[in-house]
Amino acid sequence: MSTAPNMVVGQSKAARWSFNIAVILLCLWVLVPIYLLISNALSAPADVNGFPKKLLPSVNTESVEFFIGFYGVTKALWSSVQVAFLTMVMAVLIGAPAGYALSRFDFRGKSLFRIMILMTRAFPLPLLALPMAIMFIKVGLDDTVFGLAIVHTTLALPFAVLITYSLFSGIPIELEEAAWTLGCNRLQAFIKVIFPLVLPGITASAIFAFVTSWNEVFAAAVLTIENRTLPAFLLQSLDDAPLHLKFAGGAVLVLPALLFLFFVRKYLFSMWGIANR
Amino acid sequence: MQSRSLPYLLLLPATVFLVCFFLYPFVLVAWQAFATDEGEITGKYFNKMVSHWKFEKALYYTLALALVVVPVQLVLSLMMASFVSSMKKGRDLILYIWTIPLGISDLAAGIIWLAIFDQTGFLNSVLYSTGIVDEPVTFLGYQNKGTIFIAVALAEIWRATAIMLVILVAGIGLIPKEYYEAAQVYGANSWQRFTKITLPLLKPSLQTALILRVILAFEVFAVVSALGGTNLPVLMGEVYNRQFVLQDNHTAAAFAMLILFISIISTVFFMWALRTPKGVKA
Repeated sequence: MSTAPNMVVGQSKAARWSFNIAVILLCLWVLVPIYLLISNALSAPADVNGFPKKLLPSVNTESVEFFIGFYGVTKALWSSVQVAFLTMVMAVLIGAPAGYALSRFDFRGKSLFRIMILMTRAFPLPLLALPMAIMFIKVGLDDTVFGLAIVHTTLALPFAVLITYSLFSGIPIELEEAAWTLGCNRLQAFIKVIFPLVLPGITASAIFAFVTSWNEVFAAAVLTIENRTLPAFLLQSLDDAPLHLKFAGGAVLVLPALLFLFFVRKYLFSMWGIANR
Repeated sequence: MQSRSLPYLLLLPATVFLVCFFLYPFVLVAWQAFATDEGEITGKYFNKMVSHWKFEKALYYTLALALVVVPVQLVLSLMMASFVSSMKKGRDLILYIWTIPLGISDLAAGIIWLAIFDQTGFLNSVLYSTGIVDEPVTFLGYQNKGTIFIAVALAEIWRATAIMLVILVAGIGLIPKEYYEAAQVYGANSWQRFTKITLPLLKPSLQTALILRVILAFEVFAVVSALGGTNLPVLMGEVYNRQFVLQDNHTAAAFAMLILFISIISTVFFMWALRTPKGVKA
């Protein structure tokens, strides 16, 4: 018996085959371009600039080494890590309490807060970099890792709130109440009972925040000069950098994000399921 | 008493943060667009924006990209979402593969498609090796705006369909399975089930997906920079040029207001076009 909106079961073999072929083609559509980037990054600079291209890389690390050794790259990498880390910490520390409050309490102004969270998604957030550039000059935060992390936290915070909200909602309040009757106060109950249960989910929302910051280009490019992050560095070297630098840089940018997302993939859907409401 | 003030205490940091770094900056950027440094209200920055020779092109290409990219993504993501939900074996693996682009930044996506469309890129290599062309074609040169446009559109479709897919898969998961079973009992075929059950009940998710996606489409920037440099002007690219290269933050703010304006128009449009009548809930 089929359950979901089914398009296959009960149909001919031909239909099943065309379904499978369509799925495989869509997988190739996603994977082949990534393969081509990695293949370029693992080719010698001469091969990257050569023509015609071979489909199999020569597998050598010259391009990557050239990239890592290029002036400013290690510094940009370090800035990227710092900004992403700060963003992650701020988004979780500020977002998780809000998510907990939304899931556990009914209070006046709750819907107002939710509207504000939803509003952030109807605005082109990277544009915030413009007024922030001026604000930061006034308070001496211009061209700093911390300043950029604040803007990135604005991007990541709404999602941190929504994810933690759905996490806490998934934990029965009875567990907390049981802890209270056994003599825990609210904080103890939270630390001993709730926190261990939500830890994997909190980690997931932290990773989302990290990746959001790691990938962000526009605000990073506008707000930093000396402390450029990796995307900002790559953007500004697009015009004059040799091809193998761009491709190696692209690969270095892509790989950590893919790795991180692999670990949190199952949280993607709970996050958007709740965000629809 | 304590538990009445507790929720506010917990919300305080997030509220303060969003007011300071989200609401207030948007007021500030509007002020920058409409007022001089001396605080005089003026329309001259908008005049400056509109009279610039790149303005019409930037507006045109931004809107045209959204108009080409988003419908293709809508169809593609609906197709992928219904594929996934009718799968049993391998569902998780396929879903993981299809959502990979979610983790890829727009700049990296641009660089990835540069590997394909560049003069010494993979597309040229394939065309050359198979004898279709005698020498590599310049797809991304300044005189080939059409092919740059196609390359950017493909990169955008490749990169950002995943976000719609995730929203739609989550939405389909909320539709009660009984509806499909009942429809099947009454003899509805799969296309009928899709148009009569999935589509109408998916409206809220479609709305979220389209609002989000169109706003992101208006922000298109790094993909264009990677593939076309400044050969294909877009609004966000002009904001960047004004702010960072020309240090003219008033006109940059005027461009920002324009992007904000078309974003709000499109949001309102989708809220109206895909509204769920009161009292009707899945």
